[in-house]
Amino acid sequence: MSRVTVENLNVWFGEREDRVNAVKNASFDVASGASFGLVGESGSGKSTILRAIMGLVTTWSGHMKVGEFELGKKRPKAFYKDVQMVFQDPYASLHPRHSVDQVLGETLSLHGFKDIDARIMRLLDDVGLGPSFRFRYPHQLSGGQRQRVAIARALAPEPSVVLLDEPTSALDVSVQAEVLNLLADLREEHKLTYIMVSHNLAVVAHMCEATAVMQNGEIVEVMTVEDMRAMNPAHPYTKHLLDSSFGYKPDAVQSA
Amino acid sequence: MSKTPLLDVENLRVTFPTRQGEFEAVRGVSFTLGRERLGIVGESGSGKSMTGRAILRLIRPPGRIEADRMEFQGKDLLAMSEREMQKIRGQKISMVMQDPKFSLNPVMRIGEQIIEIYRFHTRAGKRAARAKAIEMLHAVQIRDPERVMRAYPHEMSGGMGQRIMIAMMLVTEPELLIADEPTSALDVSVQTQVLSIIDRLVRERGMGLIFISHDLNLVASFCDRVLIMYAGRIVETCRADKLHEATHPYTRGLLGSLPRIDEPKARLEVLKRDPAWSEAASVSGRT
Repeated sequence: MSRVTVENLNVWFGEREDRVNAVKNASFDVASGASFGLVGESGSGKSTILRAIMGLVTTWSGHMKVGEFELGKKRPKAFYKDVQMVFQDPYASLHPRHSVDQVLGETLSLHGFKDIDARIMRLLDDVGLGPSFRFRYPHQLSGGQRQRVAIARALAPEPSVVLLDEPTSALDVSVQAEVLNLLADLREEHKLTYIMVSHNLAVVAHMCEATAVMQNGEIVEVMTVEDMRAMNPAHPYTKHLLDSSFGYKPDAVQSA
Repeated sequence: MSKTPLLDVENLRVTFPTRQGEFEAVRGVSFTLGRERLGIVGESGSGKSMTGRAILRLIRPPGRIEADRMEFQGKDLLAMSEREMQKIRGQKISMVMQDPKFSLNPVMRIGEQIIEIYRFHTRAGKRAARAKAIEMLHAVQIRDPERVMRAYPHEMSGGMGQRIMIAMMLVTEPELLIADEPTSALDVSVQTQVLSIIDRLVRERGMGLIFISHDLNLVASFCDRVLIMYAGRIVETCRADKLHEATHPYTRGLLGSLPRIDEPKARLEVLKRDPAWSEAASVSGRT
């Protein structure tokens, strides 16, 4: 059964002659417990799809469904509990003057939890941060630790769908490996469904069973991870992305 | 080699005083550079950018640069006056930084910026400088250089901005280009274009290149030789095409932590840092 369905999604910004169609007729399904990737270059509309699902952009048309929620302009509170998002830059997504305890505590109380104290401890444990991190401020944390806090905040309301917007692109590769392993473990443990945006095909191939490739607001191809590993793209743009992800080849330039 | 190398650095140290005492960002790095593409890789905080900046003496006080030797074409860079340094910077040694948004002057037309640099270093006439600027924009594959000359930086995309930066840095025909993560802010297709431009200029002009990056695959495929830095020291040096056979546990760890399309693995390796790595003496990158 699909957990997330997106059909003929259009997202635009601006009106009349200023109108920019950021996403054009995007459709895909994500099964419950699956992990789905969105790749493409900057401006291809991949993050915009996540923001539309989350309700962070209002100018969209089409049909979106997450679990039993048919998504309209206004969404019930239960939706925001069930769907959570992790943003790209852990340096920007945490309030600099809120401690880890405040960040998690506020989220928990907003969603009406009572046993906040115990839950904060459990969340910190879930993301591999000890209790000693509870009263730290973001500037006392490394990039990887901050991203762990952001993930803990997303897990706080016990969501079933987590939207990941370039969760590791601001991190060093060794830290990226830790965070990707953590995300894989959490998916297993909490039976989560992921939609993950990335510009890095290797990261998406590692995390996701299927991936949509986007260019200029359109999904040009949805490919399975097996096809990707077999270097078997259907669309020339996907081939170009795959080739570029193996480093620099002097002869690959002309196809750009 | 009996010939004087383009750049000869021995025991380079960059130190910053902090409230907790002195912090050494670069701790005794030695390397030489000929007419080749030298990659410096490492994680954030490994001192790779500081090494690049130190060569141009771009470390502000109270930060200090010390070295037993830092020579460019046999001339001691550390002994030069600020005035002499200005003749080196931009003319003999150029630097391209990561993000063109922060390196271009936002309130000056692109053409004026390139012409200014060129005239500062060559005393050429206005007309000659303008022709040279247009020629350089052509060389970095800007399609409509006349229009770009009149444009302001905010009208340019990231990829165009970076190509303009490269044009500006190469207009004086430097002997050495230091590129500090020149393509990290760019999309992959633009990245390939920018790299091919740098590559061509290195080959055609016989320029030396120091390519600073955190992307191991990119460095392995683009450079001739690689220095791997950790905690301000060089832990390993090897030929770029042999990077995947590197032996130091840190380099192996970095390579293992990369997800790969062609080799699926259930879990990524997590780097276990050994305190001995930062204690071990710096490996020499001299040839």
